[in-house]
Amino acid sequence: MSTAAKKPVLEVRNLSVALPAGGDRVHAVEKVNFTVNPGEIVCLVGESGSGKSVIAFTVMGLLAKALKPTSGEILLEGENILTADETRLRELRCTRMSMIFQEPMTALNPVMTCGEQIDEVLRTHTKLDSAQRKAKIIAILARVKLPEPERIYASYPHQLSGGQRQRIMIAMALVLDPVLLIADEPTTALDVTTQAEILKLIAELQHGQGTGVLFITHDFGVVAEIAHRVAVLRWGELVEMGPTEQILSKPVQAYTKMLISSVPSIHPAHRGGRKDGETVLRTEKLGKTYAGSGFFQKARVVKAAVDVDLDIRRGETLGIVGESGSGKSTVARCIARLIDPTDGKVFLGDTEIGKISAGKLRPHRRRVQIVFQDPYRSLNPRITVGDSIIEGPMNFGLSRDEAMARARKLMETVRLDPNALDRFPHQFSGGQRQRICIARALAMEPELLIADEAVSALDVSVQKQVLELLDEIRRRLNLAVLFITHDLRVAAQICDNVAVMSQGRVVEYGAAEQVFEHPKHDYTKSLFAAAPGRNWEFGKFAAA
Amino acid sequence: MSAITEEVVDSASIAAASTKRKSLWLVAIRNPNVIFGGIILLGMVLIALLAPFLGTVDPTRIDPAARNKKPGTEITMRLDDGTTVKRVAIMGTDSLGRDVYSRVLYGTRVSLAVGISVALVAIAIGVVIGLVSGYVRWADGIIMRIMDGLMAIPGILLAIALVSIWRAGLITVVFAIVVPDVPRVVRLVRSIVLTVREEPYVEGAISVGTPTWTLMFRHILPNTIAPLIVQGTFLAAAAILTEAALSFLGIGIPPEIPSWGNIMAEGRTLFRVFPHNILYPGIFLALTVLAINIMGDGLRDTLDPKMSKKV
Repeated sequence: MSTAAKKPVLEVRNLSVALPAGGDRVHAVEKVNFTVNPGEIVCLVGESGSGKSVIAFTVMGLLAKALKPTSGEILLEGENILTADETRLRELRCTRMSMIFQEPMTALNPVMTCGEQIDEVLRTHTKLDSAQRKAKIIAILARVKLPEPERIYASYPHQLSGGQRQRIMIAMALVLDPVLLIADEPTTALDVTTQAEILKLIAELQHGQGTGVLFITHDFGVVAEIAHRVAVLRWGELVEMGPTEQILSKPVQAYTKMLISSVPSIHPAHRGGRKDGETVLRTEKLGKTYAGSGFFQKARVVKAAVDVDLDIRRGETLGIVGESGSGKSTVARCIARLIDPTDGKVFLGDTEIGKISAGKLRPHRRRVQIVFQDPYRSLNPRITVGDSIIEGPMNFGLSRDEAMARARKLMETVRLDPNALDRFPHQFSGGQRQRICIARALAMEPELLIADEAVSALDVSVQKQVLELLDEIRRRLNLAVLFITHDLRVAAQICDNVAVMSQGRVVEYGAAEQVFEHPKHDYTKSLFAAAPGRNWEFGKFAAA
Repeated sequence: MSAITEEVVDSASIAAASTKRKSLWLVAIRNPNVIFGGIILLGMVLIALLAPFLGTVDPTRIDPAARNKKPGTEITMRLDDGTTVKRVAIMGTDSLGRDVYSRVLYGTRVSLAVGISVALVAIAIGVVIGLVSGYVRWADGIIMRIMDGLMAIPGILLAIALVSIWRAGLITVVFAIVVPDVPRVVRLVRSIVLTVREEPYVEGAISVGTPTWTLMFRHILPNTIAPLIVQGTFLAAAAILTEAALSFLGIGIPPEIPSWGNIMAEGRTLFRVFPHNILYPGIFLALTVLAINIMGDGLRDTLDPKMSKKV
């Protein structure tokens, strides 16, 4: 890297930040050292709770009052930020350093037009008159590649898409040409195709301007896509740092190796799945239309799912992949009859369950079970996990003792201590709770298990364990699994067949190998092209 | 596979985490507002229960010889058996010679009874209607329009109408106050039911075939308890005030029963000369309502963090 000769824009030396007393550890961040050079993108990568966001907020001087930097210094072009007062920090923000946030939906003020919000930055920090400011804003809007800058200037945030809003945030951050841009998970809330565009934009802008970028992410795909150098964090300590190529292909530390090898490969695992099992679930032209009942205005009709034909055999995993709003969860919820489908048929074995009444449905409830995305909200916080697990079997006539015996066995199946059955959900971690949810689903001895983004909220290492567990259970119990995910890598590893959904329709459906290696539909192709780090084969360093 | 086996959780590591979340009730009773309001309220309850033993005389006893005495005057009382007793009227007497101190203490009973019964009845009715309204979709629109209608009825006007149909009395007063309060409880319960029924754990319970009633009482209803307790305190405080206002207007508790509103109504005519008739019941009324509201604030801060200003 030719930038080595220049002075770094950001130098973090021996930084420690204390957590309030009673936290799970003493320091949120401990003795961290790194630099960001001009024109360089440094990725801070780590799992949740690793302290990566704390570092970003410390640099911006936006740390919550409860957290206190206890040692070290943060030098922005040689000036120590930790000792700067609030007035100086306010001068520095946006002029020398800027930040963009994860949620483009909430980071903008909904009652101001986008133009006014950028104008506020200019009014605070420059002496330009209003015509000059407007010209500058239009120019920056054009530079972040927003169409029709004049119209965007006068638009309110709710009139723009998530990707456009994130572009506004980037425009606001870069309008005064700061030397340092901090991006805190800027693409995590975005769909994969939008993410690819935003990543490209950030890379282009910082390259053209020589801005140093501190990029925070948990996604190694994104790291591979954008980073020059990578710093791996764990429990507030910097585990390893080096050029991207070296960290991804020749990591030294065991933790880094573990983390990177947990990233699922985008190439489908060749699973010798049996194709002769009996059909457990079949949908025929399944559809769900939401019609807003307008009393005074015209009813709004949204087709969430249209003509969805799927079938799953025993012992087989069918993946539904798609971006947000593609209708994949709607399909899952129709099949589980958490919502009622408006068109088509759902056959469970030979029984049609899509249209039958709630009373007739009850005996069939047992046969389809669902595991949800958010492990923190999937268990009733007021009752013990044991009671949650035995609730279903007891609804179907098992005695409490029999159900408890089954729950103890299931806890072993999902590799948790059976003695923990009398504990409450808040006593478990996210990954452990997701195992409990799987146990609760299995307690019903279902024929079809639906996993609705069941691993999306989990850290990559925990995600790997839960995926392995799900696959093992499928094999052992010869279950049919419907796996809903937006993550192509996860889908590649766990699915036998894949259905790609877009705007409520299945656009491509076939064996995982075929869909992943030889996509036919344009949408599928664009989806794979956008997958971050698709050219990297993570975790292939083990042999080297 | 080895990665999984390492993850097997031993009970010790889970138990350690359990200290993180304390029972909300324990936190609540340590809140200074709850303690302060609770102590005053406890005092009021004791006064109501122990009124006969706190040096009071029959609060309805009329003594023409001792009318309109200022607080602290010594009064000679002639008992039924002919003997006479001397006692100091701490809060004076009213225009019929009744002992204000005794009347105020006995009046505590009426006020607390009205406050507590209004809160309980309104919550009992409101919870049932709110659950149905939040859970049964087709009934929602109908129920809520009726509730909107009920909410539009002012309690005092309803009481005037009811008194003219029935008799003035405790039940009439409670009924008149409960009717416009029920919709407030219904709205609260309905809003909680609507949020909670979308929670994945409720959907999880649906998918394991849990019957609707179990679903409501086991998974949904417990979420309403804390907000309802908070709401209940505010309902009780408002009910005590409304009862006093109704009694003051002469359409509440019958005048022979001592209630703070009645005492004040009786003292109204001679307020400029003998302010004690209004002052003492007024102090008790203000103190009780203040105590309940302060306690309600404290409970809201601890039990219902979403409603409080603190994060």
